[in-house]
Amino acid sequence: MTEAAQTQMTVSDEVAISIEKMNKWYGTFHVLRDIDLTVYRGERIVIAGPSGSGKSTLIRCINALEEHQRGRITVDGTVLSSDLKNIDKIRSEVGMCFQHFNLFPHLTILENCTLAPIWVRKTPKKEAEETAMHFLEKVKIPDQANKYPGQLSGGQQQRVAIARSLCMRPRIMLFDEPTSALDPEMIKEVLDTMVELAEEGMTMLCVTHEMGFARQVANRVIFMDQGQIVEQNEPEEFFNNPQNERTKLFLSQILGH
Amino acid sequence: MSDTHQHSIRFVRESMLPEQEPPATERGVIKWMRENMFSNIPNGILTLIALYAVYAILSGLLPWLLNGIWDAPSIRACREILDGQTGGCFAVLTERWNQLLFGFKYPNHLYWRPTVAFVLLFVAIAPVLFYNTFPRQMLIFTALYPFVAYWLIWGGSILVPIFALVGFGVGYIVYSKYVAQSFAMGFFGGIAGALVTWWLTGMIPVEGVLAMEAVPSRDMGGFMLNLILGTVCVSLSIPFGIALALGRQSDMPFIKWICVVFIEFIRGVPLITLLFVASVVLAYFLPPGTNFDLILRVIIMITMFASAYIAEVIRGGLAALPKGQYEAADSLGLDYAQSMRLIILPQALKISIPGIVNVAVGLFKDTTLVSVISMFDLVGMIRGPILASTEWNGVYWELLGFASFLFFITCYGISQYSQWLERQLNTDHR
Repeated sequence: MTEAAQTQMTVSDEVAISIEKMNKWYGTFHVLRDIDLTVYRGERIVIAGPSGSGKSTLIRCINALEEHQRGRITVDGTVLSSDLKNIDKIRSEVGMCFQHFNLFPHLTILENCTLAPIWVRKTPKKEAEETAMHFLEKVKIPDQANKYPGQLSGGQQQRVAIARSLCMRPRIMLFDEPTSALDPEMIKEVLDTMVELAEEGMTMLCVTHEMGFARQVANRVIFMDQGQIVEQNEPEEFFNNPQNERTKLFLSQILGH
Repeated sequence: MSDTHQHSIRFVRESMLPEQEPPATERGVIKWMRENMFSNIPNGILTLIALYAVYAILSGLLPWLLNGIWDAPSIRACREILDGQTGGCFAVLTERWNQLLFGFKYPNHLYWRPTVAFVLLFVAIAPVLFYNTFPRQMLIFTALYPFVAYWLIWGGSILVPIFALVGFGVGYIVYSKYVAQSFAMGFFGGIAGALVTWWLTGMIPVEGVLAMEAVPSRDMGGFMLNLILGTVCVSLSIPFGIALALGRQSDMPFIKWICVVFIEFIRGVPLITLLFVASVVLAYFLPPGTNFDLILRVIIMITMFASAYIAEVIRGGLAALPKGQYEAADSLGLDYAQSMRLIILPQALKISIPGIVNVAVGLFKDTTLVSVISMFDLVGMIRGPILASTEWNGVYWELLGFASFLFFITCYGISQYSQWLERQLNTDHR
């Protein structure tokens, strides 16, 4: 996949995440089947697919929000095991944004951002607040720092969620349909933030239906169906010349209107 | 045509009209009554009936209250003074106030000690209840308060509460030393440390060292006993309830089963049964010669009972939290203890406040049940020594009314506080 580095943003040879023969079941239902995926540092990967195809489950396995039953996941050189300390370490290196933001409603925006650095990284409070303000400025809402999440719009909340993850200075960011719960007007402000992040070289895995974002930012698009990776390619090739029948159908449906 | 028209529309005002009051039906009290009490015929009839009911109650109650006798040696003397008129015999309250508040065996000259403890209680709980107003350093006094209060109420050597405190201190030191390795090791190490300290200090003779006059547990009574049981059991049952609720959600089947069995068993048994177990049956199981304080046994039973209920209330709060909150906390790398303490419990407890207060108020009133195991709390005093005495046999309304009044004030205060707290914690749509 290293030839994907042809886009203007650089991709290194260093492996960030490697997933080997990963399988997962919900009870007897086989959600993920033999997933093989290597993510290089600096890659921006968009995962698309119909609902129920296992794309969210896939990225949730990477930071162990879901347990996989077979196969091997290596994140930043650490093999994901069931040991709690190991899991917490990986989670603190991997940032995640959710469809429904999941900000902590009982804490202010600033407290949302400083909580994990203070308690997990043991950063002094003052330093953590400075970092938090830096990232809140980056997502363009420093003036909301002392409000509560309930007082912000959806787009602002999602940008806070991104800032909250960035405060842990993660080396990898996972996005689980970050714009699916937003009004069309707010989608842009969140996508702009994500584009900016990509331009700075963050390794990103993004489950999304925003194909414009995929074309603009991704260096690789992965298409999943029935728990398997059906097709993956550079965005140009993927959109203009899809190979698999299922991919063609999906693209004609979401790009057709 | 145009002339007449012009004539009819010409108008010049020469004097300004003074401001007039609206008609009587649109003003003040009358307007309010029209809108709220007599808006239509059925409402008017209901209002009249309600007014009559209020009149009937007050016409009975007010003379009884205002015409009451506050100074008489017995109910017969009361009736002689009243001479057939309506009036309460409140003399029983002025005559027996000390028994109602402190029980009939607590030494008269020591009443100041529980009173001081009662006043200090407010100093101790203020920084907990109004965490924003009072300085955090006051929490040190809150931590020391149980030992101070024990010494004040029970008396005896000051070394007893100090040794108890030292035990907790040693337990905490051991806990914080080993907790980094594993929580279970710290937890059980802490308990072991405390027990060993208590066992060692138990061998030191404490008789008469800096002692105040000791009052044994069986001499406690009156509203003081209700307050002791209520305060201790509520403050113990909340942490136990939280632990049980979290235990019930645990992934470890052994812990989960212990919690489920405990909660379901305690909830399935009436409190009175547990109290009888505390007063009678428990003695059979204890090694002969052990003197296990009755109040302590009752406290254990009521605490177990209340914590099972509080655990279920908190479980409701935990279940009401969206799964995303757990996932967000996990995805940031917080460990279990941190995510519970910082993210999950603050929100779950906030949701559970009405339920917890419900249990706390119920528990406080249930402390009167100890009167059936012959402890002389407020109700026990009234039913026993006071109503059975020849002087005051038959003064039901005044005594039970007084008891209701004391309980009402306390419970209403708790309820008002909880509503204030809910408003304080409401950050959703400010």
